[in-house]
Amino acid sequence: MSALKRYLRPYYGYMLVTMTIKLLGAVLELLIPNLMEIILDEKVPARDRQSIFLFGGLMLLCAAGCLGCNILANRMSAVSSGKITLAVRHDLFRKLEGLSARQMDSLTVSSAVSRLTSDTYNINQLLARVQRMGVRAPILLLGGVAMMLSMDAPLALVLVAMLPIIAVVVYFVTKTSIPLYAKQQAVLDKVVRTVQENITGIRVIKALSKTDYEKGRFHAVNEELTAVDRKAGAVTAITDPAASLTLNLGLTLVVVIGALRVNSGACKSGVIVAFLQYFTMILNAMLGVTRIFVMWSKGTASARRVGQVLETPEDLTVLAAAEPEADAPHIAFRDVTFSYTGVGTNLDRLSFRLEHGQTLGILGPTGSGKSTILNLLLRLYDPDQGQILIDGVDVRAIPREQLRKKFGVVFQNDFVMEGTIGDNLRFFRDLPGDALARAAEDAQADFIREKEGQMDGQVMSRGNNLSGGQKQRLLIGRALAANPEILVLDDASSALDYRTDANLRRALRQNYRHTTTVVVAQRISSLRHADLILVLSDGVVIGAGKHEQLMETCAEYREIARIQMGTGKEAM
Amino acid sequence: MANSNLIGSGPMARGKNSGDKRNFSSAPLNKGRIFIRLWRYLGRNRVLLVLALVLSLSSSLLALYGPKLSGEAINAIDVGTGQVDFDTVSRCAILMAVFYTSAAVLTYLLNIVMIHLSRRVSKQMRHDVFENLTALPVGFFDRYQTGDIISTITYDVDTVNQSLSTDLLQVLQSIITVSVSFVMMLTIAPALVLIFVVTVPVTALFTRWLAARVRPLFRRRSARLGQLNGFVEEMLSGQKTIRAYGREEAVLERFDEKNRAAVDAYTVAEANGTITGPSVTCINNVSLALLCVFGSLLFLQGRIGLGDLSSFVQYSRKFSGPINEVANIISELQSAIAAAERVFGLIDAEPEAADAADAAVLRQVRGDVELRNVDFSYVPGCPIIQNLELHAKPGSLTAIVGPTGAGKTTIINLLMRFYDVEGGAVCVDGRDVRTVTRASLRRAYTMVLQDTWLFHGTIFENIAYGKPGATMEDVVRAAKAAHIHSSISRLPQGYDTVLSDNGTSISKGQKQLLTIARAMLLDAHMLILDEATSNVDTRTEQQIQAAMRELMKDKTCFVIAHRLSTIQSADHILVLNQGQVVEQGSHESLMARNGFYRELYEAQFDTVSS
Repeated sequence: MSALKRYLRPYYGYMLVTMTIKLLGAVLELLIPNLMEIILDEKVPARDRQSIFLFGGLMLLCAAGCLGCNILANRMSAVSSGKITLAVRHDLFRKLEGLSARQMDSLTVSSAVSRLTSDTYNINQLLARVQRMGVRAPILLLGGVAMMLSMDAPLALVLVAMLPIIAVVVYFVTKTSIPLYAKQQAVLDKVVRTVQENITGIRVIKALSKTDYEKGRFHAVNEELTAVDRKAGAVTAITDPAASLTLNLGLTLVVVIGALRVNSGACKSGVIVAFLQYFTMILNAMLGVTRIFVMWSKGTASARRVGQVLETPEDLTVLAAAEPEADAPHIAFRDVTFSYTGVGTNLDRLSFRLEHGQTLGILGPTGSGKSTILNLLLRLYDPDQGQILIDGVDVRAIPREQLRKKFGVVFQNDFVMEGTIGDNLRFFRDLPGDALARAAEDAQADFIREKEGQMDGQVMSRGNNLSGGQKQRLLIGRALAANPEILVLDDASSALDYRTDANLRRALRQNYRHTTTVVVAQRISSLRHADLILVLSDGVVIGAGKHEQLMETCAEYREIARIQMGTGKEAM
Repeated sequence: MANSNLIGSGPMARGKNSGDKRNFSSAPLNKGRIFIRLWRYLGRNRVLLVLALVLSLSSSLLALYGPKLSGEAINAIDVGTGQVDFDTVSRCAILMAVFYTSAAVLTYLLNIVMIHLSRRVSKQMRHDVFENLTALPVGFFDRYQTGDIISTITYDVDTVNQSLSTDLLQVLQSIITVSVSFVMMLTIAPALVLIFVVTVPVTALFTRWLAARVRPLFRRRSARLGQLNGFVEEMLSGQKTIRAYGREEAVLERFDEKNRAAVDAYTVAEANGTITGPSVTCINNVSLALLCVFGSLLFLQGRIGLGDLSSFVQYSRKFSGPINEVANIISELQSAIAAAERVFGLIDAEPEAADAADAAVLRQVRGDVELRNVDFSYVPGCPIIQNLELHAKPGSLTAIVGPTGAGKTTIINLLMRFYDVEGGAVCVDGRDVRTVTRASLRRAYTMVLQDTWLFHGTIFENIAYGKPGATMEDVVRAAKAAHIHSSISRLPQGYDTVLSDNGTSISKGQKQLLTIARAMLLDAHMLILDEATSNVDTRTEQQIQAAMRELMKDKTCFVIAHRLSTIQSADHILVLNQGQVVEQGSHESLMARNGFYRELYEAQFDTVSS
C-alpha cells in the first residue's frame, strides 16, 4: 500500500474521525449488556421500578446512539474510500494516457484496463472495509487482554504469549498470499485479453470455425485463473483455524497453569471462570483482526500493480527550450536513425527538408519504415540518433501541448469511438460546428448528410456500423477539423475509391494550401503531386524527388508506377 | 473487426445509452429466478455441498463441546487450594487440545471445500458466459462495448463468487443457531417470545424494504463499473491517437465523469447497503431493552423467576447475533443478485439460431454458389438487397465493386451466413445453406478481411491458426507464398516471435501479410477477399496476386476491391451503390452499358491522367 500513501494522507484526519465515531458506536454497544446486568443484578432484586425504567431508557438511548454512529461511520468510510479511489484512478488514467508507445506495448492494453478497474476496485473495497471493521476488533482484543492482565497477570501472559505465534502465522500467510493475489490479477489480465481477442476477432473465428478451439483456449485460462484463485484461497484459509487453534491451546494452558496456581493458592478459581468469558471475546476479535489481514493481502497485491504503473518513469521528457535556428524549413530530419527493438534498424540515417505548405509523399514496401517516420515526427518515439526539427526547433524541446497542436493525424486503422459522428470529428477539442461541417465536406464525408441524425448520428464502438471508406473519411475529417499546421496521413485513403480519393486531394490542394502535408500511401496517384517523394526500402531511402525525377532516376518507383498506372490488363 | 456496413446505422445504436437498466438480454429476470439459477450452479456440485454441510455441522458440535470440557475442568479446580483434582484437569486439558485441534482441522477442511465449491461455480459461470459469447451473432458485438462485456465476465462473476463462498456458510450456521436458541427460549418462558413476535417480523420487513431499496443501487454499481470499463478499454486502445492530438486532458475529463459516476454508485450502494447491519442491531437492542424492562415487571409481579429471566435474556442475546448476521447477509446478497443479473443476461443473450436439426455437413464442395431471388435487410423495413440473382460457377471469379459504403460486405455476411436472408435462398452446390451446418459452410470458404486480426501468440501460431496440426514446413511454405517469410526470418525470434496487442515491432502491412499467409494454409474451395491487399505495397501485392491466383485455381472466388484494374478479369462483376445491386455482368458488357460501372471505371483513369 506504500504506493498509495500519498492518496491516503489527505484523508488521515477524516478517517480518524470515522474511526472515532465507529469507536463511540462500539462503546455504546458494549454498554448495553452492562446496563442490562445492572437492571437484572441490582435493580430487580431491589424492586426499584423507577430505576428499571430509567436504565431501560438508557439502553434505548444507547441503541439509538449506536445506530447513528454506525450508519454515519459506514457512510463516511464509503465516502473517503470512494474519494481516494477516484483520485487513484484519475492519476492512473492520466499516467496511462501519457505512457509512451513503447511502455504501453510492454504493459499491454488489457493489463492496463484491469489495473484501472479491477485493481482499483479491490483497493476501494479494502479501504472501506478496513475502516468499517478495523476498529471494533482491535479494540475488543486490546480491551480483553487489558482486563485479563488486570485480573491475573501471570495467567494472562500465557495467552499473550500466544499472540506472537499468531503474528508469525499471519505474517507468513500474508507473505505467501500477496504474490498469489498478484498472480491472480495477472492471470485475470489473460482472461481479459482472451475475451477481448474473441470479441474483436469474432468474424475470423467464425469463418475459420475456430469456435471450439477458442473455447479450449478460454477454458485453459479459466482453469488457470481458478487454480491460482483456489491456491490463494487455500493459503489464506489457514489463518482462521490457525489463529483459533493457537488461542484455544493457549486457553488449555491457562486451565492447566490456573489449576496449579489455584492449588498453590496464588489465585482464585473465579478468575479462571472470568478468563473463559473474556476468552470468547478475544478469540472473535482475533479472528476479526486476521480477516483484515487477508483483505489487506488482496488489496496490497492490487495496490502494487497500480503502484507499478504510477511509478513508471516519464518517457520522452521535454528538453529545455532552444532558440530556433535561422532560415529553418518547416520540417527537417537530420541523419535520423531508429530501431524499435534495438535489434536491426528500422530507419537508417534519414534526412530531408520540407518547407511550409509543401507535401511529402512516402512510398515503399510494407515494413520499410514509412510509419516509423510519422511516429518519430509526432514524437511517439525518440530517435536513437539524429535530430528532428520543426521550424528549426528540436521536437524534443517543444512542449508537448504545443507540439500536438500543430498536427492533424490519421493513422492506419485509426481509432473510431462510440459516440456521434460529431464527437468523432471533434475528438474532445473545442471546435465550432461549422468547422466540423467544413472538415467533413473537405474529407468527402458526404455520407454524413445521408445518415440518420447527420452530425448526431450514432457511431458504434470501433466504428462497426461504418464501412472502411466511411471510417477513413471520418478520420480525415477529424484531422482537418482544427486546421492543422501539419497534416499527417498514414495510408489514410486506402479504402477510398479512386474518384473519392481524387476529390479529396483536390479539396486538400484548394483549401489547405498553407498546410504542410506528410502522406504515406501505396498508390502513386495519391502522392504524385507531392513536392518531395521518398521511396523507402528496409529503412533506407532509395529514391527522393518529385514524381518526374523519380520516374527517371528510381527504377523501383518506375516499376511501381508502371504496374499501377499502366493498363489494368497488364496489372493483372 | 468488421469494417463495414454490417448492421445498418442508427436504430441499432439506440440500446446503447439507455442508462443503467441496460442489460445484455432483453428478458429481465426476477429475483426468484436468479436464486433458482444460482442454486442450480451450486447443485451441480452436490458432493461438495453435502460435504460442506457435514463439516460445518460437525465443527459446530465440536465447538459446543469445547466449553463443556473447560467447564468440567473448572469444576475440578473450584474445590479450593490444595485440593484440585489434577487427574480430571489433565484429562480435560488433553481432551481440549485434541478437540480444538480437530475443530481447527475441520474448519480448515470446510474452508477448502467452500473455496472449491465457489471457485467451481465461478469457473462454470465464466465458462457459460464465454460459451454463449462464441455462439452470439456477430452483430451483438457491434452493439455492446467490449469492456462492458469483460467487466461482466470478471467483476460480476467475482462478486457472485465472493458472496456465495462466504454468505452461504454463514446462512447455514445461522439457521442452526437460530432454531436451537428459539426452541430453548420457548421452553423457558413462552410469554416473552411475544416480544420476538414483534422484533422478528419488524426485522424481516425492514430488511426486505431495505433490500428492495438497495438492489437497484447495486445494479447501478455493476452497470457503472461496466461503463467505466468500456470507456477505459476503448480509450486506451486509441491511446496513440489521443496522444497524437494531445487530447489527454480532455479525455481525462471524460474519464473523470465516468470515474465519478462509478465511484458515486459504489459509495451510494455501500452507504445504503451498510445501513442494514446497524439497523438490525438496533432493533435487537431495542427489543433487549424492552425485554429487560417487561421481564423485570413480570418478575416483580411474581410471574417469572429471576433465574429464568436471566437465562432468557442470555438466549435472546444469542438469538439476536444470528438474526443480525442473516440480515447482513441479505443485504450483501443484493450485490450478488445485481451482479448475477448481468451475468445471466449475457448467458441468456439470444445466440445465432441453431443449425437445423437435420443439417447436413457440407462435404467435397465443388464451389457452385447461387443467390436465388435474395431479399435482405438489417433493419426490418429498410431493404438492403432485393431480388438479387447471382450464379457463381465453380472456379469463377466474382468481383463486387462499388463506392465506399455501398454495402459490399453485406454480400459476404450472407455468403458466410453471419446473417440469414429474408427472402429467397443462398445455395452452395445446389443446397440451401440453411440446411447445412454453419461450421461446415464456413469451413468451405477461405476469408481474408480488410482488417487484420492477430492474437497474442507466436507468429507460427497465428499463421497455423486456421489449420490444426500444421507443421513448420506448412507454415513456412505459406509464409513464403505470402512474401512474409524473409521479414519473419529477420526477426530475432523468427517464427517464435510473440505478437502483443500493439505489436509495434511489426508493421500493419506485415500483419496483413500474416493473415494472408494464414489463408494460404487453408484448402477451402471458395475464397472471399475483402480488400485484403489495400495495406500492402503495390509490388508485394503483385506477387501476392500471382500466388493467390495460383491458389485460386479451381476455386470460386468473391473479391471486394476498389482497384478496378485487379478485377477486370473477373468472370462476373456485381456493382453496388447505396446498398443496392445496381448492375451486374462482365467488364465488357458493363462498360458497354455506359452506366454506373463505367462512371466508376473512368474515375480511375481520370486520376491517372490528371
